[in-house]
Amino acid sequence: MRLLTHNMLSSNIKGVTNGFPLRIEVEKVVEKEVDLNMDFLRNMFAKIEWKALVEASRTMGYSELPDDAESSMLDSDEFLRKFHHALLELHLEEGALVCPETGRKFPVNKGIPNMLLHEDEV
Amino acid sequence: MLSKIARINLVSSHPEVYDPCDDSFALVDALLADRANLLERHPSICMEIGCGSGYVITSLALLLGKEDSGAYYIATDINPHAVRVTCETLLAHGCHAEVVNTDIASGLEKRLSRSVDVMVVNPPYVPTPEEEVGRHGIASAWAGGENGRSVIDKILPVADKLLSDKGWLYLVTLTANNPLELCLQMRKKGYASRIILQRSTEEESLHVIKFSRDLDTLLEANECMALNKTENELATESSPFTPFSIWKYGKRNFN
Ligand SMILES: C[S@@+](CC[C@H](N)C(=O)[O-])C[C@H]1O[C@@H](n2cnc3c(N)ncnc32)[C@H](O)[C@@H]1O
Repeated sequence: MRLLTHNMLSSNIKGVTNGFPLRIEVEKVVEKEVDLNMDFLRNMFAKIEWKALVEASRTMGYSELPDDAESSMLDSDEFLRKFHHALLELHLEEGALVCPETGRKFPVNKGIPNMLLHEDEV
Repeated sequence: MLSKIARINLVSSHPEVYDPCDDSFALVDALLADRANLLERHPSICMEIGCGSGYVITSLALLLGKEDSGAYYIATDINPHAVRVTCETLLAHGCHAEVVNTDIASGLEKRLSRSVDVMVVNPPYVPTPEEEVGRHGIASAWAGGENGRSVIDKILPVADKLLSDKGWLYLVTLTANNPLELCLQMRKKGYASRIILQRSTEEESLHVIKFSRDLDTLLEANECMALNKTENELATESSPFTPFSIWKYGKRNFN
């Protein structure tokens, strides 16, 4: 699971109001190189919750992202490279996503988050 | 030459995962036929609900891939075996999609709201007793409850929430699902719809419907169509469809 997807996931448990961002518990991170696509990064930047991405990438052992970001920074190659790496190249292979409100853990195995709920959570 | 769609011999499988079948091929053929439009649209987020073997999402990534790298592909399935098989199929084709094991798009709805440009769905659509819907194992791949509509009727409101302003939804249906009614229902939510493929197999008559939130594009694209029909006229129009049963309506119909 890429951090892009982490940035799109919220706790879906019934009654939870602050389900974003999910805290990451890391067991295994893998890095996979991906071609950088500037247009794609620009498109995605508008959709990303920056603070959640910064925090998630730090948890995954990457602390190069600036605390704050604005769209003008997309003109910097260096910024783009870092944003690209954090968003697309860091994968949570094994671990869990933790609901910030209830502490419920959603397992991530083989890079696939399991967001299925138990009957009493729907 | 590299194939534009997934190669069947590279599609992974598992006894509890739906193998690509006539409906999967119909959906991919419909996407192939609409490829020029898809490329022109430059979708940045593409999503499949109920990815099964991964045949469809892999094909979508391949058919958009070359000319339009850099879209976010995301696929969901409720079946834990299916999501793994999908990852294997993607890998075998050198593609990437993010895969999530979830019910429809649960957990993604908030943040992906109004963001998905292209959604593809080959849902469980076979009419069955209601109890069979959502059961574990392979039955949940096809069991669709009354009129085969149980899961479809849950997916459509989610699609409506997730689709972007220029969003397109490609949905496989059966005549028994009452596609005309589905189109009318979506029309009330502001979608144009068009049957882009119809195919009769030994067992079933399949349609691929394309729903579009951006009415204008679909209007331009259509050539043969029933012009400016009122809802009542549409409702009495006979079903099943002819291969190009298409209708359109202008913005003036919305007050
Ligand atoms: C007809 S199969 C299609 C599989 C594949 N997309 C294809 O075209 O070959 C339907 C798929 O939807 C999945 N499914 C059924 N109910 C679902 C739900 N509530 N949420 C997500 N996926 C679901 C099934 O597990 C199955 O893989």
